[in-house]
Amino acid sequence: MKRLALLGMPNTGKSTFFNRLTGAGARVGNWPGITVDLLSAKILLAGGMVEVIDLPGIYNLHGFSDDEHVVRHFLESQPLNGLVVILDATQLDRQLALLLQLRTLGLPLTLILNMSDEARQLGIHISRERLQQDLGMEVTLVSAKYGNGFGQARTALESLLNSATPARLASAEALQQDDSIEAELDRIIGETVTTPVTLPPNLTRRLDKIFLHPWLGLPLFFLSMFAMFQLVYGIGTPLQDGISWLLDRFQNHALNPWLHDAPLALRSFITDGLFNGIGTVLSFLPIIVVFFVFMSIVEDSGYLARAAWLMDALMARLGLDGRSFVMQLMGFGCNVPALMGTRVMRSRALRLLTMLVIPFSLCSARLQVFLFFSSAIFKPVAAASVMFGLYITSFLVAFLTALVWRGKFRNHEPLLLELPPYRFPTGRQMLAQAWQQSGHFLRGASGFIVAGVILVWALTHIPFDLPPASAGTLAGRLADWMRPVFSPLGIDRLLSITLLFGFVAKEVVIGALAVIYGAGENNLASLLAHQIDWVQAMSFMLFTLIYTPCLSTIAVLRQESKSTGFTVLAVLWPLSLAWLVSFIFYQTARWLGW
Amino acid sequence: MQNSLDHLFPEQSGVITAIQASPELTRRMSALGLRPGRSVEVIRAAPWNGPLQIRVGHTDIMIRRSDAARIHVETDH
Repeated sequence: MKRLALLGMPNTGKSTFFNRLTGAGARVGNWPGITVDLLSAKILLAGGMVEVIDLPGIYNLHGFSDDEHVVRHFLESQPLNGLVVILDATQLDRQLALLLQLRTLGLPLTLILNMSDEARQLGIHISRERLQQDLGMEVTLVSAKYGNGFGQARTALESLLNSATPARLASAEALQQDDSIEAELDRIIGETVTTPVTLPPNLTRRLDKIFLHPWLGLPLFFLSMFAMFQLVYGIGTPLQDGISWLLDRFQNHALNPWLHDAPLALRSFITDGLFNGIGTVLSFLPIIVVFFVFMSIVEDSGYLARAAWLMDALMARLGLDGRSFVMQLMGFGCNVPALMGTRVMRSRALRLLTMLVIPFSLCSARLQVFLFFSSAIFKPVAAASVMFGLYITSFLVAFLTALVWRGKFRNHEPLLLELPPYRFPTGRQMLAQAWQQSGHFLRGASGFIVAGVILVWALTHIPFDLPPASAGTLAGRLADWMRPVFSPLGIDRLLSITLLFGFVAKEVVIGALAVIYGAGENNLASLLAHQIDWVQAMSFMLFTLIYTPCLSTIAVLRQESKSTGFTVLAVLWPLSLAWLVSFIFYQTARWLGW
Repeated sequence: MQNSLDHLFPEQSGVITAIQASPELTRRMSALGLRPGRSVEVIRAAPWNGPLQIRVGHTDIMIRRSDAARIHVETDH
C-alpha cells in the first residue's frame, strides 16, 4: 500500500488537516521503536488505498527534542511515497525553513499552506505561482478548519502519489547534514511574501491584555479551571451514573435470569468478574469524551499555552510546567482522563513526571470514601477539617513526588512555547478529539482493566463455598499474611481486604466494606464507629488517598508511558509513600497517647 | 545600546545581535524566528519573576528569563 506522511511545525493545524482528510477512521498505529502515539488512517486516494500518517509537529529536522527524534527515526525506518508538508501561511517567513530542510531528504514533497484565511485577514499576501517556481513543488493554500481549498489539496496529494517513484526511505546523509539555508529562506520569502509593516491590533492582543494581566491573569486562570472542572464533571458524572444504571438493569433483567441455572462458580465469574470488569471500562467513557471535548477547547483555543506562561514561575521549581498543573487539577475529578491529557506535553520526561504526580489528586471516587468515613467517625466540625487536611495532603505528596523525582525525569527541552493566536475550535475538532481518545482508551486499556478485575475477583471469591472476602478466601489468607505490614498502621485485617478491593476502583470500597463487615450499608457507619477509632480511620484514609487510585489509572499509565518499568515505579512509589505516611501518622498519634 | 533580552522592559524592542546558547536551544530559537538581525519586542513579563512574552514577526513566544539572557540585543536607548 502507498504511504504518505503529514509533517509540519507545531500549531499549524496539521491534525485538523489530518482529521478532515481521513474522517473518523484514524487509529493509533504501532511503529517499532517509537514511544509516542502516531495516528494513521487508510483512505481512498488516486484510485487506490493509501495510508496517511500524522507525524508529530517539529520545529527543526535536526533538532534534539523527543518529537524531532521520533520524526527522524520514522523517516529513516519507514519507506514513504511522499511527504505532505503543512505550514502556517501567517508565519511562512520562519516556517519555510523547515520545508527547505525537508527538501534535502530526497522524498517527493507537496506544500500545504494552512490558515490562508487568517493570512488574508492580516493582509499577508503570498504569491503562490512564484513560490511554486522557487521551490519546484506544488503549493496549495487551504483553511483546514473551514475546509476551503480542500479539493485542491486532495488533487495535490493525488498528483504527488501519481508522479512518485516507489516508496523510499529518506536519505540518511541529509538527516545528519546541518542547515545553511537562512540565506535561501530570506531570498524566497522576499520574493513571494508581502507583509504589512505593522499588524493591526487584533483580538488576540486585546484578549492577552486581560488573560495575561499581572493581577487578573491568575485569578482568571483559576476561575476558568474551576468552570471547566464543573462543566466536565457536571456533565460527565450524570452520564456515568446513567451508564451504571443501564449496566445494573442489564445485569438484573438479562444476565442474572440467563445465568440462573449455571453453576455458582461460573455465575460468579461472569457477573462479579467479567461483567464487572467490562462495566468498569465503560464507566470511564463518558468522562473521557466530555473531558476531551473541553480539553480541545482549552488547547486549540491557545489558552493552555497561556496557562503555562502564568504558572511557570511556580511550576518551574518543581520541574514541571503550567500544563502539568492543569492536568493535576483535572485529576481531582478523575485521574484517568487527566493522565491521557498529558500528551499535550511533548517532552517525554516532563510527561512522565506529570504522570507520576497526577494519581495523588484526590479524585471524586476517593472523595466518596472519605466523606463516608469522616462522617461515620468524626463530629461534623472535625469531619470538615479532616476533609480539608486530606486535600492539603494530596497537594503535598504531589509536590513532594515532583521534587524527589524531578532529577530522574529532567526535562531537557527548552521551554520556548509559542503563544498562538486565540482561535475557537470547531465542533468537528472537539468531536474528533473525543472520538479518538475514547477509542484509544478502549483499545489500549480495557484488556488490562478487565484482567485486573478478574484477578481481584478470583482472590476474593475462591474457594467458592465460602462467603466472598471472608477469612478463608485467598484474599483473607493474603490479609493474614500481610498482617505484619498493616498492623503498624492500625489497619486491621478487614480493612486491609478493603484496600485490595479499592485497588480495582475506589467506588466499590464502601460496598466492599459492607460485605466484609457483614452489615447493610445503612448500619455500616455505626458499626465502623464501634470497630475502629479515629486514629485508625485517619490512617486508613491517608493510605487510601496515597496508594494506587485504581486499576484503570495503572492501565492508562501503562498505555501512555508505553513502559512497564515506569508503570511499576508509578505503582510502587505511591504504595511505599502511603505506607510511610500512614505509619508516621499512626505511630505518632499513638505515641502522643491518642 | 547593547543589552540582553531579559533586561528589556515591556513594550521595548531591539535587534538581535548575537545568541549565546547550546546548539539545541539556538536551533529552536531560530525555528521560532529568533536569529541575529531580527527585531524582537518584549510584550510583558509574568509575575513573580516568571517568563517573558516576546514577539518576533508574527509569532508570540513564551521564554524563561534564563533563556532570554542568552539573547543579546541592540536597543535605541
